[in-house]
Amino acid sequence: MLFRRGDLPLDRDPTGRFLPWLVALMVYLAALALVCAMVMNKMVERWDTGLSGSITVQIPPKQGDPTEAGAAADASLDAVIEILLATPGVISAEVLDPDEIVRLLEPWLGAGASYGDLPLPELIAVGIDRSAAPDFEELSRRLAQAAPGTILDDHQSWLGQLLDLARTIELVAALVVILVGASAATMVVFATRMGLAIHGRVIELLHLIGAQDSYVAREFEMHSLKLALRGGVFGLALAVITVLLVERLFERMEAALLPDLSLVPGEWALLALLPLVVAGIAMLTARLTVLGTLGRMP
Amino acid sequence: MPCLLPPIIKRISWALVRFEDVVLRYGAGPEVLRNVSFHLEPGSFHFLAGPSGAGKSSLLKLMYLACRPSSGRAMLFGRDVATLARRETALLRRRIGVVFQDFRLLDHLTALENVALPLKVGGQRENKVHQHVAELLAWVGLADQVHAFPPTLSGGQQQRIAIARAVVGRPSLLLADEPTGNVDDRIAVRLLYLFEELNKLGTTIVIATHNESLVSRFSHPVLRLTEGGVMAGPGPVAGAARAGKGSAA
Repeated sequence: MLFRRGDLPLDRDPTGRFLPWLVALMVYLAALALVCAMVMNKMVERWDTGLSGSITVQIPPKQGDPTEAGAAADASLDAVIEILLATPGVISAEVLDPDEIVRLLEPWLGAGASYGDLPLPELIAVGIDRSAAPDFEELSRRLAQAAPGTILDDHQSWLGQLLDLARTIELVAALVVILVGASAATMVVFATRMGLAIHGRVIELLHLIGAQDSYVAREFEMHSLKLALRGGVFGLALAVITVLLVERLFERMEAALLPDLSLVPGEWALLALLPLVVAGIAMLTARLTVLGTLGRMP
Repeated sequence: MPCLLPPIIKRISWALVRFEDVVLRYGAGPEVLRNVSFHLEPGSFHFLAGPSGAGKSSLLKLMYLACRPSSGRAMLFGRDVATLARRETALLRRRIGVVFQDFRLLDHLTALENVALPLKVGGQRENKVHQHVAELLAWVGLADQVHAFPPTLSGGQQQRIAIARAVVGRPSLLLADEPTGNVDDRIAVRLLYLFEELNKLGTTIVIATHNESLVSRFSHPVLRLTEGGVMAGPGPVAGAARAGKGSAA
């Protein structure tokens, strides 16, 4: 245990007190940003998979006398379905059950709303052969001729916006992670320079008894690694607790449109890498700072 | 390529330390050392004497590579210090043991750890040095203080730790700046015997001191500094030499 203690008493420096806390805060923010990006990515993937092989046709409700309106609606529905099934590339056309429509509307209208109380459109879920998809513009025009007011929704506009949002969130998350790395590096640079100034005489002594710059750098890099790892693990633990709490909250709300926060093992592993990466950055920064500073000395 | 010179000629031509017209000034200040010339042969033992402010510590600093000459030529171990790369400087310093006037011990390390520091810096393995370091501390009379921290020790004890640290790596050149300044005469003489033992093992020794009575008890040659110059004498200090050119020892 003769060589166990560091030659530089870096543990007593003021940087040893504030650096772990700052690293913890930054890792916490970076972890949350990463979780947001991962959740958003999964959500888009789920919606994309669910919607890219289908379109929705919406026939507006008929106004006027209920009996006549009902007959007209049935005629329109039959005409639309006939056109759909005759169109190459359409695999299926299924009229959504009123109960299903009510279930879809529950997140907005609440449980217990009755289909008969509202002028709801008829919805047809149309299955599409992805490899031979029909011309949606042409199909939409023909449907509108057969039943005026009919809307064909291929979800592309909505999915496109969602993808834009997801990409923006991913970009922001990446930016946060980069900023965290840059901030950690900047803090370590300042802390290391402060350490070099505080321990100038000890470093001079080490040099005089034959220490290379790399020997001094090793003291600083191990110190920075230790502090950053300590802060990083703490920040990650806080982030995990936060994610689990929010996940529990979402589960209780049982809202269909809320994202699924549960992470797969690979995603947890990615999060676990965060403190290690920050510690690595801190270690490398300390080394380069010491070598750069000492290298400029006579 | 084999050297064709007879061993005796090689020995004469090679000096461990050779200074030629060395001038030292700090920054734009006045000359602290002026036209200093001397050489030290391997295995020699010299006192470096001179009044306070004559530049003894500065001359030692040049020898342990804490600074470089402002002009002139300083050679150590056959290398011109002006051409040394940073890495080479570090390696050369490992061959030099230094006892600093203010000891320069690390307060957060124990006596044992302080003494072992040059070995640690030199990359030696921990398990191989522990016993050696403990024995050395016993040799300087600090066997019962191995785990003590410097601030808890007296000036004399700290000085002995500094000496043990300087000699632990069996340096080729040992430079001591007032190594007996904080101890009584009895311990001072004992420490000088310790240096003599080291010298017998081949270490070249230079001891800077203003304690002329101590110097007079030993028969080693004296390098005498006055007003920035250096002169050599065969024995105890006999009087002040004039400033200016020094001569070879």
